[in-house]
Amino acid sequence: MSDVSLVVNGRKVSGTVEDRTLLVHFLRENLELTGTHVGCDTSQCGACVVHVDGKAVKSCTMLAVQASGSEVTTIEGLANGADLHPVQVAFKENHGLQCGFCTPGMIMTTVDMITRHPEGLDETTVRHELEGNICRCTGYHNIVKSVLAASKTMAKGSKGKAKKAA
Amino acid sequence: MGVEGIGARVARKEDRRFITGAGRYVDDMVVPGMKHAAFVRSPYAHADIKKIDVKAAEAMPGVIGVLTGKQLKGDGIGNLICGWMIHSKDGSPMKMGAWSPLAVDRVRYVGDAVAIVVAETKGQARDAAEAVEVVYKEKKAVTDAVQALKKGAPQLHPEAENNLIFDWEIGDAKATDEAIAKAAHVTKVHIVNNRLIPNAMEPRAALGHYNKAEDHYTCWTTSQNPHVARLVMSAFYNVAPENKLRVIAPDVGGGFGSKIYIYPEEIVCLWASKRTGVPVKWVADRTESFLTDAHGRDHVSEVQLALDKNNKVIGLKVDTIANLGAYMSLFSSSVPTYLYATLLSGQYDIPAIHANVRTVYTNTAPVDAYRGAGRPEACYLIERTMETAARELGMSPAEFRRINFITQFPHQTPVIMNYDTGDFGASLNAAMKEADYAGFPKRREAAKKRGKLRGIGFSCYIEACGIAPSKAVGSLGAGVGLWESAEVRVNAVGTIEVLTGSHSHGQGHETTFAQLVNQRLGVPIDSVSIVHGDTDKVQMGMGTYGSRSGAVGMSAISKALDKVEAKAKKIAAHLMEADEADIVIENGELKVAGTDKSLPWFQVALASYTAHNLPDGMEPGLKETAFYDPSNFTFPAGCYICEVEIDPDTGVTEIVQFVAADDFGNIINPMIVEGQVHGGVAQGIGQALLEGCRYDADSGQLVTASYMDYTMPRADDLPSFKVSTSNTPCPGNPLGMKGCGEAGAIGSPPAVMNAITDAIGDNDLTMPATPLKVWASLKAMTRH
Amino acid sequence: MYSVTYHRASSVADAVKLVKKGEDAKFLSGGMTLLPAMKTRLAAPSDLVDLCHIADMKGIKVSGKNVTIGAGTTHGEVASNEKLKAVCAAFSDLAAHIGDPAVRHKGTIGGSIANNDPAADYPAALIALDATVVTNKREIAAAKFFTGLFETALKDDEIVTAVKFTAPAKAGYEKFRNPASRYAMTGVFVAKGKDDVRVAVTGAGEDGVFRSKEIEAALSKKFDASALEGVTVPAKNLMADIHASSDYRAALVVVMAKRAVAKANG
Repeated sequence: MSDVSLVVNGRKVSGTVEDRTLLVHFLRENLELTGTHVGCDTSQCGACVVHVDGKAVKSCTMLAVQASGSEVTTIEGLANGADLHPVQVAFKENHGLQCGFCTPGMIMTTVDMITRHPEGLDETTVRHELEGNICRCTGYHNIVKSVLAASKTMAKGSKGKAKKAA
Repeated sequence: MGVEGIGARVARKEDRRFITGAGRYVDDMVVPGMKHAAFVRSPYAHADIKKIDVKAAEAMPGVIGVLTGKQLKGDGIGNLICGWMIHSKDGSPMKMGAWSPLAVDRVRYVGDAVAIVVAETKGQARDAAEAVEVVYKEKKAVTDAVQALKKGAPQLHPEAENNLIFDWEIGDAKATDEAIAKAAHVTKVHIVNNRLIPNAMEPRAALGHYNKAEDHYTCWTTSQNPHVARLVMSAFYNVAPENKLRVIAPDVGGGFGSKIYIYPEEIVCLWASKRTGVPVKWVADRTESFLTDAHGRDHVSEVQLALDKNNKVIGLKVDTIANLGAYMSLFSSSVPTYLYATLLSGQYDIPAIHANVRTVYTNTAPVDAYRGAGRPEACYLIERTMETAARELGMSPAEFRRINFITQFPHQTPVIMNYDTGDFGASLNAAMKEADYAGFPKRREAAKKRGKLRGIGFSCYIEACGIAPSKAVGSLGAGVGLWESAEVRVNAVGTIEVLTGSHSHGQGHETTFAQLVNQRLGVPIDSVSIVHGDTDKVQMGMGTYGSRSGAVGMSAISKALDKVEAKAKKIAAHLMEADEADIVIENGELKVAGTDKSLPWFQVALASYTAHNLPDGMEPGLKETAFYDPSNFTFPAGCYICEVEIDPDTGVTEIVQFVAADDFGNIINPMIVEGQVHGGVAQGIGQALLEGCRYDADSGQLVTASYMDYTMPRADDLPSFKVSTSNTPCPGNPLGMKGCGEAGAIGSPPAVMNAITDAIGDNDLTMPATPLKVWASLKAMTRH
Repeated sequence: MYSVTYHRASSVADAVKLVKKGEDAKFLSGGMTLLPAMKTRLAAPSDLVDLCHIADMKGIKVSGKNVTIGAGTTHGEVASNEKLKAVCAAFSDLAAHIGDPAVRHKGTIGGSIANNDPAADYPAALIALDATVVTNKREIAAAKFFTGLFETALKDDEIVTAVKFTAPAKAGYEKFRNPASRYAMTGVFVAKGKDDVRVAVTGAGEDGVFRSKEIEAALSKKFDASALEGVTVPAKNLMADIHASSDYRAALVVVMAKRAVAKANG
């Protein structure tokens, strides 16, 4: 057993876990943050994607003890109170989800993707970047649409902020 | 069309919880005192169980109990059954072998459950499961249905000689043989419909909780039809009487058919909860899902299509062998029979059809309905055959189909179905226009210059949905009726709850069902709640599969709304001292036509509950129930066109264009309907290009047991789709809906394969058309 | 996953000390291969020694044509390093196509080569670039480092700390991904150095990464895709599975080599 302490969605948390406990299970079972899902056991489906120290990672392929000392953001920590994150809004407006199971991972991957591509995104890039997230419901059509829409909204948003700052 | 009514592109109400991580799936459920289960599973495809020793496992840390099949049988838990009786052509009933939820003396596929371990943590349960000592005596296994029928093949069940479950037929053999005999041309095709693994992204799960004080069980499970689960677990598996068993299917992460059936795990978790005295939760890992979720398809067929001198189809003869796996799953027998052979007429006027179907046991996971269920197999067969015939005749595939289309409705096919309406030519025209079919030769030339092979393929599909008229399916062997129920509760201050027997696991019922209420009563959809998935809340219902939630489930709601409206009108007329016939419902109010008198819904609802001033003799309250039993199947149809470009160096197929032109009847929410088509088409493309379940023929091991080997469609495997509808309302139900859930998966595989075979010129290519197969085919043709 | 004891190493020396504690201790870097194997109970180390917090093992140094990449550098960092891209874009391009973005954020070059998965990408680059693997004990030429499927020259307490190579005049990498797993089913790295052309193939060989003499010979004459017209490589000793026969892999080696050369020539 090991003690772990980390910051999850801005909140300091700690716990004692078996060393073999995966980060995803620590989030789901110890912290009751059940929005992060487990859809496979070969680290391929991406339903478990969270951000660790600002980067998208598969929380099913990381031990909780490895993450100790890190800052973690999960799907539950993405919205600012009642205000949804632009990626969340885009998924809703573009019908980018059906059963909702892959959705948290898709959204966390998308936020990371848009951050890494400030130059903007095109369909080919989006489809390539979604390689590690599997969806069985949507055929990806509306997920791709959602990502592209969110990318545009966020570009506008950051330009707006930049203007204000200037 | 109102902004939230029928036909409106409303964003989904349920999305907020899913995009914020607040969805509640079975694995998210926690019950005080809950413990975790792991199953001991057979590593062999076929073996006798000589001995099970649980002592070492029981002594492992955290273990609460280890239970076996013997104990389960001792407690009177029954075998799993198939609920649809099929008779062979000799009149004998299908041969159902025994399927114990935990195997007692024989295992018949890799993954067959042998024992359950309950422990404090999932990790400890797994550790202990490995410590259960099972002594097996391995037997020879057979995984291929054609091989299983052969003399000398390993035998699975003593009930089924030569592994044959039934030998069934439909249609007129004599008339069909005569048509073939007199035909000007006979097209012969060997059709293989590849075996698939459903892969809903949420793995199956069950949480069983026995409450000793109340002698009552609760089961949270990943089900598309919780009421059917309760019925079957009570009536056949002796888990508990219905009034002592509550089944809850909360948010469910996709089903595609695989979550219709009642599997061993939920039965065993409930039983184990009573045995161990703790709530027991089991969640499949993906490997278990691959091994034990009911698989789909797996047909091999020989086809003969008879044509007269005018290229009109005069007969179709089909001989099919269908693999049903190691045991007969709940609806397995209906899939290769009434859900398959009844659709073999396709969109065509075929005077004589005969199909013979043999179903077979093999040492593989049970096979049952998977998105489309029988209809994709029929569609693939007829559409590949039609395309082949057109090529043999040197005719345009579009024109050949067109001259054989059914154009008069209703149309009685020779295989039971009576098509009520449709306009097949309209879909074909729409698809050809959208695909710029006329421009294809130029595109093919351009591709050739780039060293690529371009092909185009059609699929004109029809399916039977809105499953199904109870009397009809009863006469065909179904053990249940396939109606649906609904209850509409108008609350005292005017909000509305709709309780439905349908179950949403991605389909968006919380939005579309509310849209229907908005259309009828004029109340905003935010004041309408859809309640589903809980047998304690919702009266008996039949669940969601076979594209039935709209055509059947919403029809039930519509009927309940009729009753609510009628009563509300009576109350409003009484309160406003008007004639009942003059009351109209508009924008959330009940108005007296031609006057300025009106009452908002909440006042009428409140009046119904205060009951201070109701018409004489009227019962208080405003809550109505309806059961709707359809009078016919519905017949969604359409035309799909796929255009591919193949890299001959690598064998890689790129789908450069996919057009879907569907006829779904009336549509509630076009955005959701398009989403259903996208998802279905992706699954169909998956079947055609990527997905193929493979068992090792000798050992019976599942080779494709993870995403490392089973190719799931990913975002970069697929294009964006061009979808449209041209609709003929369905005359058979009050809303004119046909259903859209399965169309994409049914219509797309033949379009893809017709395109690929067009591009490479090898008509024998089988699904999935992997790069390896396409490359090998091209190489073989160059050699010859 | 079986029970395991986790240790976090603060330095290379600390890691060596820690790894000696366990009966069957293993080093853990990004964990992108080891953890999935442990999850499915195919690997069962007694202890894990986490190398991710060793600052010395991270980072990319480019000095002229000489490149040194710390073993703890992630694929994502290799993919996006501008200095590296300037001298050897093919190496960054290779890293940019390993796994998916989340894998690239965690997986490291040291972890990948120490594991020597036959379907991993880096071994091809290291062999074609005639790279040197630096460990806490010695420097090993790549050709001597990869010894077979999941086998390397590493001793139990030996840690890969860095990878060094000299950027070639031209280089290119192209892979054909396994349709299901997305690992390299055949990946070819071509490098044109001052005096020679080196071509390494990953994902295809029964014994892991190998150099293709046939392709090297053809490209040494003319470093152009056209030089590979009609060239074949033997299917013998190539892997066969449900996704690819050895014949198919042999054909893909040539096709990928052509495309890699075309990339190298820009």
